[in-house]
Amino acid sequence: MTGDGKKLTTKLQLCGLRKSFGTNHVLRGVDLSIPTGRSLVIIGGSGTGKSVMLKCILGLVAPDHGSILVDGAETAHLDTRGRDRLMQKFGMLFQSAALFDSLPIWENVAFGLIHGKHMDRGDSRSIAIDKLKSVGLSEKIADLYPAELSGGMRKRVGLARAIATNPDILFFDEPTTGLDPIMADVINDLIVKCVRDLGATALSITHDMASARKIADEVAMLYEGQIIWQGPVDSLDSCDNPYVDQFIHGRADGPITTAA
Amino acid sequence: MTTTPATLSEETPPPCPAGGLCPLARRICVSVLDSCEAIGATILHLFQSCGRLTMFAGKAVLHAFLPPIYLRLVGRQIMDIGFYSLPVVGMTALFTGMVLALQSYTGFARFNAESAVAGVVVLSVTRELAPVLAGLMVAGRIGAAIAAEIGTMRVTEQIDALVTLSVNPFKYLIAPRVVAGTLMLPLLVLTGDIIGVFGGYLVSIYTLGFNPSSYLTQTWDILETIDVMSGLIKAGVFGLIVSLMGCYHGFHSDHGAQGVGAATTNAVVTASILILISNYILTQAFFS
Ligand SMILES: Nc1ncnc2c1ncn2[C@@H]1O[C@H](COP(=O)(O)OP(=O)(O)O)[C@@H](O)[C@H]1O
Ligand SMILES: [Mg+2]
Repeated sequence: MTGDGKKLTTKLQLCGLRKSFGTNHVLRGVDLSIPTGRSLVIIGGSGTGKSVMLKCILGLVAPDHGSILVDGAETAHLDTRGRDRLMQKFGMLFQSAALFDSLPIWENVAFGLIHGKHMDRGDSRSIAIDKLKSVGLSEKIADLYPAELSGGMRKRVGLARAIATNPDILFFDEPTTGLDPIMADVINDLIVKCVRDLGATALSITHDMASARKIADEVAMLYEGQIIWQGPVDSLDSCDNPYVDQFIHGRADGPITTAA
Repeated sequence: MTTTPATLSEETPPPCPAGGLCPLARRICVSVLDSCEAIGATILHLFQSCGRLTMFAGKAVLHAFLPPIYLRLVGRQIMDIGFYSLPVVGMTALFTGMVLALQSYTGFARFNAESAVAGVVVLSVTRELAPVLAGLMVAGRIGAAIAAEIGTMRVTEQIDALVTLSVNPFKYLIAPRVVAGTLMLPLLVLTGDIIGVFGGYLVSIYTLGFNPSSYLTQTWDILETIDVMSGLIKAGVFGLIVSLMGCYHGFHSDHGAQGVGAATTNAVVTASILILISNYILTQAFFS
């Protein structure tokens, strides 16, 4: 638990992050910092590079330029061993949940414990079942396979997998996309609860404003490869940035031009 | 600045950059340059792919030997690649041996060399037909399955998820398949050798009226260790090729169902072609 009186340190910082795919300049100098224990939500239209930014932080995509600091240490060019150690701090919920089809649910949740932390299979199974319960799933589904679950349940399993190793930093890629509004709200509540219980720092990306308002302490907006606005979630409505204003109200006319 | 179609056609032909060339010559020039560019791009792409493939193969083999080794996964792949391919390889070998006896008998009868049938069957099966046909059948069965499975994992971000859970996909996905493929294909081919020779024996005895004991003696006398060994070594190489091609194309699959489909096709086609090419090279190395 981070007490309010404690001085806020920076958990994650991006400086001048750039990434292009050929002539497609996706990230054009992203600067961002997240204080320890806070939840930052990045909003932005589809295809603006939110997922690419997250993949750069996770080391799944190599950035062309810029630095990524985690707890003050540079992580952009780590070797395999350093990368493995860094990954232990991270938990990630993928947009499509990305559960392993060939493994039963409990082994999906326990995967990081068994293979990352080399824990005994029996012990990790009981931890996995605890984590499943904490996202509102019963023990009965532990031996089912991902293909047998609904979209909402898969998202919950993905969430349980992300929190299974008690990571310091949680990443959520569009956690509510593709869910009905009620299930989306359930997932939002679970995310808030899990982040609070772990005392983790959270970075989420979404274009669902209801979700952003619920999860976020702070909001940042990504547009044309840069962060054009960042501020506390309460100031979202009073902010005078025309891009943010257009995005949160979902208006077709404004400074943001939709790509052809 | 509104140009009507009439004024536009008056302005043509526009000033020619090549200067003085008639339109036809210019068109030929352009199309020659275009095709040069296409050929160059294809060659560059080919070299790039070869480089990528070599790097991939090196990494796959390296991770097959460096710990941690996922024995449980190797075991599962051994079942998938080895055990479940037995029916396909067995049927292929059986009927190949049978047809071989029939064909060589009718051929050799023309110059009274029927007694060579036993030798032709056993040498063709062990040296050539069992390894190559098993390799091609397994390329269709296993190469495609590997490419589809790994390609789907790529497209649905499961490979990314592996990395975020501190697991190296080369160790977890690729090394077990490559190890199982390289180990199991020789075993499959050994089984295929036996079944193929047995098929030839059945046809020779029951259809062609050979004497069983002299057929077996002829088979045994002509066979040398190198005949079987060369076939098994070929099989190991083919197993490596099939599993590597499946993994490589799946791992670099493009997004969407179409990407996975293309990866599957490419895996089977490249594996089959590489099997035929390396078969020639290995045969040359063994028997010349
Ligand atoms: N591996 C890749 N190769 C080439 N282009 C990519 C790749 N990943 C993403 N892109 C491109 O980057 C842009 C941003 O994609 P993405 O980050 O997924 O958007 P979103 O903000 O919706 O998550 C898109 O134009 C996409 O085509
Ligand atoms: Mg995205």
